[in-house]
Amino acid sequence: MHQPILTEHHEAAHAEHHEPGFIGKYIFSVDHKWIGVQYTVTALCFLFFGFCLMMLMRWQLAFPGEPLPLIGNLLGEGMPGGVMLPEFYNSLGAMHGTIMVFLGVVPLAVGGFGNYLVPLQVGAPDMAFPKLNAASYWVYFVGGVIMFASFFVPGGAANSGWTSYPPLSVIATAGQTWWLVGMVFLITSSLLGSVNIIVTIVQLRAKGLSFFRMPFLVWAQFVTSFLLLLAFPPLEAAGILQLMDRVAGTSFFLPTGLVVSGAAMTNAGGGNPILWQHLFWFLAHPEVYVLILPAVGIVTEIIVNNTRKPLYGYKTIIYGILFLGFMSFIVWAHHMFMTGMGVTMSNFFQVTTMIISIPSVVVLTVLILTLWGASIRFTVPMHFALAFLPMFAIGGLTGLPLGLTASDIYLHDTYYVIGHFHYVVAPGTLFALFAGIYFWYPKVTGRMMSRFFGKLHFWLSFISINGIFFPMLIQGIAGLNRRLYDPTFYTHGAAIQNLNVIISVCAWCLGAAQLIFVLNFFLSLKFGKKATDNPWDSTTLEWATPTPPPHGNFLHEPVVYRGPYEYSVPGMTEDFLPQHVPAKA
Amino acid sequence: MGSDSFSAESVSMLQWLPENIASYGPRMDAVFSNIYYIVGVWFLAAEAFLFFCIIFFRRRKGRKAAFIPGHSYAAMAWVLIPAILVLGFDLVMDHQQVPVRREIKEGAPAADQTVLIKGKQFVWDITHPGADGKLGTPDDKETMNQIYVPVDAVVGIDLQSEDVIHSLWIPNMRFKQDVVPGRSIHAWFKAIKTGDYKIGCAELCGVGHGNMGGWLHVLSAQDYQKWLKGELASAN
Repeated sequence: MHQPILTEHHEAAHAEHHEPGFIGKYIFSVDHKWIGVQYTVTALCFLFFGFCLMMLMRWQLAFPGEPLPLIGNLLGEGMPGGVMLPEFYNSLGAMHGTIMVFLGVVPLAVGGFGNYLVPLQVGAPDMAFPKLNAASYWVYFVGGVIMFASFFVPGGAANSGWTSYPPLSVIATAGQTWWLVGMVFLITSSLLGSVNIIVTIVQLRAKGLSFFRMPFLVWAQFVTSFLLLLAFPPLEAAGILQLMDRVAGTSFFLPTGLVVSGAAMTNAGGGNPILWQHLFWFLAHPEVYVLILPAVGIVTEIIVNNTRKPLYGYKTIIYGILFLGFMSFIVWAHHMFMTGMGVTMSNFFQVTTMIISIPSVVVLTVLILTLWGASIRFTVPMHFALAFLPMFAIGGLTGLPLGLTASDIYLHDTYYVIGHFHYVVAPGTLFALFAGIYFWYPKVTGRMMSRFFGKLHFWLSFISINGIFFPMLIQGIAGLNRRLYDPTFYTHGAAIQNLNVIISVCAWCLGAAQLIFVLNFFLSLKFGKKATDNPWDSTTLEWATPTPPPHGNFLHEPVVYRGPYEYSVPGMTEDFLPQHVPAKA
Repeated sequence: MGSDSFSAESVSMLQWLPENIASYGPRMDAVFSNIYYIVGVWFLAAEAFLFFCIIFFRRRKGRKAAFIPGHSYAAMAWVLIPAILVLGFDLVMDHQQVPVRREIKEGAPAADQTVLIKGKQFVWDITHPGADGKLGTPDDKETMNQIYVPVDAVVGIDLQSEDVIHSLWIPNMRFKQDVVPGRSIHAWFKAIKTGDYKIGCAELCGVGHGNMGGWLHVLSAQDYQKWLKGELASAN
């Protein structure tokens, strides 16, 4: 369990580079904490950028064809006279999805929280491979720059949806090539990061920290890393194949006899567009759990800490997510029920899809039962963590009619799908990530964030985000399909166009509410109340470090004596018993 | 939906479903309402419990949290019983809806006539059989974005694409099928009500995707014969 060889190697490495210079400390740092901060800040910037793309699209959706006042004229070729072109609209849609998933949520959840917290929570001085860790961040950064730069190539950024289905993506403008190259970088970054997290958890746990004493967040990161490691390579391969179709004249995804705009495509022949969909969704369904599991990990830590109770059924929830991780690899084709697949195949994927709801039910039940008999502190992170529960439940439950092959015929590719998965990822995962930022901010910066502005941010976000995604469920039930430049083109869309106005106004309010968070984030660095080493009276190892933790993290090598959630232990005066504190004789 | 009485239907989100005109539609809509009510009751019960806990177990002076690790099998049962119940509901829903899927996607009855629909950026080219009821003969009638079918007849549809993936979407018909280049996919429907219904493309197919729509005209048998002869006033 404790691996002296690796640890000695680490200590030697630390001794050599103990006082890095400015560039070594802040730019090309190999300290997992600073890399975690780099990931977090970069990912937050991309999240806001991706959200801005959507706020722009919401103008066109609410007021189709009308010029955008004030800033419309500043946005260049995509919006002549302030009126959005359909090409630009498609670029915004594709890049919103890509940026939010691959440049925002995953880097924040795994790169940011995973990097910062996993070594601290397992009691390690750093990640197993610090330089690989830095490489992972910089490869991600390059991927992000490529994606961002693609907006400025002729024809604009990729415009074939974040799913990039061929043949459309193969005949698309140059932005798609940039997208594919960018994806290769982002995938490589995730692979480097996930190997590092797995090795760190297996090899660098502190003395006494057995697997079943690890905080649940570490378990969640562990399973997530395996999903990334096993699911991403097929997409990397598929991305390179599509790149070859675009630039080298191959035909992996193009069937024989393709005619585009009246002209036969000379290189098309023998390929299969459905193959891409299988390879894409083989990643992209586990990816959904890559987005959810770290969020569940964060929410669990915060709920346990603020209920002042042990987690109800620690092992149950761990077995739950192990099962979830395994099942997530055999549900992917439920995204493809409309491709013409036979009932034999669709039945299999439908049943696995129904079964994967079970571990999600286990996770939510465990978290809700943990509230029973609690003494709940309504801190800011707890607000976000509690809101995660019903939001994730709506996200999960609305997935049922999509997972069932008959009802999916109607709902597939409608706004209902958008409402469904955003409930999982936006008020679900993103709320969990906000909870995590409010919770660990004092450890990272040494200052507390403002409670008042935190709660204001929460309530404004909670109300407006539901005003965005709930009406989308109704739009979908009414039959409005996705990715429409002008939703009033369809009579059934025009009849409920008022919903689009409501959604857009809510989206802009949500954007404004995030400015409160941004201000709170920066002003608290200077004016926030000074944080103690363990401001939330928590039990896990990251709170056993000085605040903020120094290079090498722990002042003494920590030893773990018990499980992670010993709160309100009977017979004690204090209501928490940290993992590293020896039992009184 | 009852306008003056409060009923389950008047608060149901399913009131937004457009009018059904497909022979198999009532069975699909039954799948919807089953899921809707099972899920709805489950969600409300879970939220009621959650809000009870949040309010009742808030921090109060002089009350300590209970130490409940939940390790025992008896404690695990509180987690596993809801999970097993959900699994039961899941499998019931699975079982109920498989025949519906099979009927729609694989159960095509012998078609009274077959229509060939070709998708391309960004129109639907539609070939109707003429008076002989056969495709590929000189009396075929071709239209753009307008499908004409007789009511109460089984209409087979051959779907093809010459460029990218499209998806034929007819909300009132509860009909959706991807159109994949390199393949010919056979589908079917049977309209049970005359009228004009919107059709569209549900799979992103490029810059004109949002405008790749048209109309399905379900005609009475007499009107359909008139249309075939070019005598229907509204025919294009």
